[in-house]
Amino acid sequence: MRDVLDEVDRWLSAGQAVALARVVAVEGSGPRDPGATMAVSAEGEVAGSVSGGCVEGAVVQEAMGVLAEGRPRLCTFGYSDEQAFAVGLTCGGTIRVFIEPLTP
Amino acid sequence: MRAETFRAVAEAVRAGEPVVVASVVESDGSAPLGADMVLRPDAAPEGSFGQGDLDAAVARDALGALDAGRSTTRHYGPRGEARGQAVAVFLDVYAPPPEMVVIGAVDFTAALVDAAKLLGYRVTVCDPRPVFATPRRFPRADEVVAAWPDRFLEERGGRLGPRDAVCVLTHDHKFDVPALLAALRTGAGYVGAMGSRRTHAERVERLREAGVDEAGLGRLMAPIGLDIGARTPQETAIAICAEIIACRTGASGRSLRELDGPIHKAVAPA
Repeated sequence: MRDVLDEVDRWLSAGQAVALARVVAVEGSGPRDPGATMAVSAEGEVAGSVSGGCVEGAVVQEAMGVLAEGRPRLCTFGYSDEQAFAVGLTCGGTIRVFIEPLTP
Repeated sequence: MRAETFRAVAEAVRAGEPVVVASVVESDGSAPLGADMVLRPDAAPEGSFGQGDLDAAVARDALGALDAGRSTTRHYGPRGEARGQAVAVFLDVYAPPPEMVVIGAVDFTAALVDAAKLLGYRVTVCDPRPVFATPRRFPRADEVVAAWPDRFLEERGGRLGPRDAVCVLTHDHKFDVPALLAALRTGAGYVGAMGSRRTHAERVERLREAGVDEAGLGRLMAPIGLDIGARTPQETAIAICAEIIACRTGASGRSLRELDGPIHKAVAPA
């Protein structure tokens, strides 16, 4: 979360809802280590990243869903799940991203 | 994640203090999905997953992950049994930044300080000459110390560990032999020294005479840096930082196109 602290602070001060997406597991070749974080505000602003840019678009969509539902979800992105997930990592690995709302 | 947890992490990270956030990322109902705990060394856990044994197991593993300096996911049974299938907990580790000590306030130092800051190091510059060792010359350094490097390293080197680096840029035997003797007595993961091959050959002799054994000399990365043809201070800073990264990861430092296999090597479990 190091990379997103300032932005998230700013969004929270402005009273915006925020979703945090963190890489919690990497299998095979993955671009970022566990802990890589992307934050998404309810207005669709984005800070940080969870990959080399391969899955960020999909994570924003999932994050919007999480903010709408108010419930966390664990998403898997990768090569090995081609049929279940339209978005993959070009590097051939699988990452698991935990996406959750920041709750007051 | 509770906003309170986020704020606790933000405060700790900004203060350079260690903290771990443990979050339930998968659950069969034994613990609430998304629940979190904040763990720090020598402090009571903040938050709970609702089951004492699970909390205790997570707190113990969180501090282990902190020592290893690596975020990881652990699986537990409903009462914290290791490798159970009931609950997956992500241990998000925030270790204090690694340290780099740069010995010598020379013309290459400012560029190395900037490159090291880019990599997230806490950087200290040390030089015995007060005229050169000034914060004004190294605005991005966290600390600039006018002191004899060997004394500085004897006083402060005890806290250096495998993630930390000492770079000796003085390339003057008068300064760098005592500095290297002190640096090699620290636990720093990387000890490098600037200087031509000839300077280094002489330096090795002097270090041997001073009692440094082959293992100690084997630790010394000198002449410092990877062979990328660096000439300017900025290029040299990149060559040094690239070598520090390669030493830490054990990678070859060669062009990826000359190699096979995955680019991002799997990290061995802690």
